[in-house]
Amino acid sequence: MVKEGNHEPVHQACTRRQFLETSVASVAGVVAVGALQMPAADTTPVHGRMSEVHLRINGHEHKLLLESRATLLSALRDVLGMTGTKLGCGRGECGACTLLIDDMPHYSCLTLAVEAQGHEITTIEGLVQAGKLGPVQQAFLEHDAFQCGYCTPGQVMAAEGLLRRNTNPTIEDIREGMCGNLCRCGAYVHICRAVVRAAELKRGTGP
Amino acid sequence: MKNQGDAQPGQAGVALPWNHTSVIGNSVPRVDAYERVTGTALYTLDMQLPDMLHAAVVRCPFANAIVKRIDHSEVMGMPGVRALLSSSDPEGQLVLPYPWWVPVGPPMHLFETRCRCAGEEVIAVAAETATQAWEAARAIEVEYEELPFLLDHEQALAPNVPRVHDKGNLVRPESVYKRGNVARGFAAADAVAEETYRTSCLIHTPLEVHASVAVWDGNRVTVWDGNQAVFNEQRYLATALNLPLSAVRVISHYVGGSFGSKAELSKHTLIAVVLARKTGRPVKCALTREESFQCVGNRPANTMFVKAGIKSDGSLTALHLRNAGSVGAYADWADVAGPVAGLYTCANVLIEETEVFVHAGKSRAFRAPGEAQGTWALEQMMDTLAEKISMDPIAVRLKNIAIASQASGRPYTSSGYRECLLEGARAFGWENARSGAKRAGVIRRGVGMAGAFWNTEGGPPTTVLVSLLADGSANLNMALVDIGTGTKSVMAMIVSEELGIPLEKIHIEDADTGATQFGKPTGGSHAVVVYAPAVRQAALDVKRQLLELAGKELQVEVSMLALKDGRVIVAGGQSKKITELKALQELEQITGIGRPQPDPPGKLVMSFAAQFAEVEVNTKTGEIQVLRLVAAHDSGRVMNRLTYESQVFGGMAMAVGFALTECRIMDRNQTGRMVNTNWHDYKIPTAKDVPFDQICLPIDPQDRECNSVGAKGLGEIGTIPTAPAIANAIYHATGVRMPDSPITPMRMLRSLAANRSQGK
Repeated sequence: MVKEGNHEPVHQACTRRQFLETSVASVAGVVAVGALQMPAADTTPVHGRMSEVHLRINGHEHKLLLESRATLLSALRDVLGMTGTKLGCGRGECGACTLLIDDMPHYSCLTLAVEAQGHEITTIEGLVQAGKLGPVQQAFLEHDAFQCGYCTPGQVMAAEGLLRRNTNPTIEDIREGMCGNLCRCGAYVHICRAVVRAAELKRGTGP
Repeated sequence: MKNQGDAQPGQAGVALPWNHTSVIGNSVPRVDAYERVTGTALYTLDMQLPDMLHAAVVRCPFANAIVKRIDHSEVMGMPGVRALLSSSDPEGQLVLPYPWWVPVGPPMHLFETRCRCAGEEVIAVAAETATQAWEAARAIEVEYEELPFLLDHEQALAPNVPRVHDKGNLVRPESVYKRGNVARGFAAADAVAEETYRTSCLIHTPLEVHASVAVWDGNRVTVWDGNQAVFNEQRYLATALNLPLSAVRVISHYVGGSFGSKAELSKHTLIAVVLARKTGRPVKCALTREESFQCVGNRPANTMFVKAGIKSDGSLTALHLRNAGSVGAYADWADVAGPVAGLYTCANVLIEETEVFVHAGKSRAFRAPGEAQGTWALEQMMDTLAEKISMDPIAVRLKNIAIASQASGRPYTSSGYRECLLEGARAFGWENARSGAKRAGVIRRGVGMAGAFWNTEGGPPTTVLVSLLADGSANLNMALVDIGTGTKSVMAMIVSEELGIPLEKIHIEDADTGATQFGKPTGGSHAVVVYAPAVRQAALDVKRQLLELAGKELQVEVSMLALKDGRVIVAGGQSKKITELKALQELEQITGIGRPQPDPPGKLVMSFAAQFAEVEVNTKTGEIQVLRLVAAHDSGRVMNRLTYESQVFGGMAMAVGFALTECRIMDRNQTGRMVNTNWHDYKIPTAKDVPFDQICLPIDPQDRECNSVGAKGLGEIGTIPTAPAIANAIYHATGVRMPDSPITPMRMLRSLAANRSQGK
């Protein structure tokens, strides 16, 4: 682990199988042992087998020592302190943790950090150039395509990914492309308008 | 700073609403939009303090159980574990205060040994990392004695059902409201209809899950918590911990959604505070998404029987509502009376409400509490009545418009309900859409509408400071929490309007009990109504002081001076940059104080709305698509056209879930706990469920009485009429009345089949 200094020595490697078995036992047992406690993916694994992981994030190389079960989301938020990528559910339902891997949107809570090695990772932090907003961010700002803003980094990354593969999407393309990202504030109309605007900005055809 | 103390609030006089504005009412991107679109906005869940511990909570997995034994013998030796906290600690017995709007209720201890709902806190662990905390929590063995449980609120008062509390399952005595005589009203009616409507228990599920970070400095605790009301939270924490108010500092900056779920003190916050004291280190306690479905509130489920009478000319003669609602295992409100009591004129009204405990998570205020459910019932009934007397649904509503409270007789400061109905109908193309609906075949189309109102109370106590700084920039100090509604931007716009300072030069302090003045909560659509007049008064106070100083310096009468674009302008002549005024440079800053004026005496401030929906129903699959929505809203003056629209669209999107998909599902036969504690099974709307075709039509009745800015509340009302409008549209398309929410494909098919078998 790169930055934490106070963890205990490794006492036992916990395999995924053991982890699953323990969880199942705790649910099924007569003596219920916290059957409600499904840890979210923001958890920072500290014991278990550590591997050196090389990640290329927003054009910068990072060398991290991570447990192999660490998610990409956890590597970003808990180890690198890059909290622009948000944790919403930790189980691939909400899209708050969306980022790009080689231009394709991915849920980083369902992506192991080790899987992302050798690929180009782009996070919300990578869209800002010298303090200037990227076109999708600019369009989201202009159209008020958010309310509380918590799902916004994920929405912006989903839109960025959509526009990298389709420079001139229809409204239906946009609704389809954005439907993996939940917004409880319900900013969907403004999000769609913003993606239309972002496409214009990217093509250089907008006013 | 000499002038600050001299500035008497109100000295500038209570201003009248603007006649002309140059900033207010425009479409202005939020002042904090950059932070939100770049991911640099720091939410509580993002916070990492040096040396910070993480807490995890073991929760009861049964609806009703006694904790017999907790075995944590192995846990303190596990990697990273630093502290445990349970009912066996003195702090584990701390009692959480109820929010001020719930005067009494059974005690809520931080940890219970008798658990009255699944998800109740049993023991907490603090460890170096969240994973270590969870691994320790998983290693704790808890033995429970399971007890029979009660989940169905309709059965809560039946004999021989399990009791949630020793005194029984009634939260408070049945409430009865009576006006006139309903029996006489029904006798006078030309048509009478009755129906039982049900709304499901809904979960707020803001995208940012609930989290708190606590750190002690000597005998004072600082708590970062994305809540709606820092001063409420301060009081609740001080009460629970028996500390002076001044020893509790609560900070709420960015809040990743709330909808009412972050309006009261949560146990995880108190757990973070106590564990931080125990360990002498900062502690973060963040819920998991699954926990957040069970432990931080919900909208109560309601069963509403409505019987109504109407004359053939469309005037209502009687309304009878019998409501039963469940608040969960601890006290809250499940009343729904508002709309039936007063949206329409009706001389004879009887409302009987019963609120009961069940063995499930406690409810909390949920966007438009009570009104959303009550309007679901009333506005479907209005359509049923309209059909019975062969009248257009809009005409029936227009016939019964109220301009004063039907309960107290107090007049409204303004009502744009008539305009909402008429102009909304025009924008929607109501008559054509109504007559052109496709009411046969597999895919059917229909249109429906519904109306709503919402009472917004403003007034003191709240104090706001606006400071003009020596370089011409301004600082706005207030306890307002912007939970995503855009209210901070509205307040900056007011300062800009009055002082001519560009928005980018206005900075706003975070809501912080240690740094901002007392301010009322964000909630109940009160934020703009409370804070906007206060901010305006503070800005005017700055302006008055500045112009007095400028008058002395320029040796002209103050009445000759105006303020524009950062300059003091003398009528008909010279002007001077405010930053070049010697007095401002000597004082360093000019601070104005603002407080909201009391609400107009003897009157009520009400917002109104009429919303219109077009839907498509697939009669083979039961699937329902909302094709378009039109929302005509009277929330008084539009402060920011852009965020106004976001509020309305957001409210409607949330209500699409209420109408069609959202529902807490309980394991009724075995454990008694909620089974769909995730967004896969608890379905909130996505971009594909909400129509792109939406129109927001503001109606401004130019209310000059409600307050000094002329704005009324907007946050709740956007979500109130949408669901019944959708239900009415479904009826129009299919001829099938769907009184229970959510109208899932399964329910739709069942009702269509029943309808066919009845030969309708």
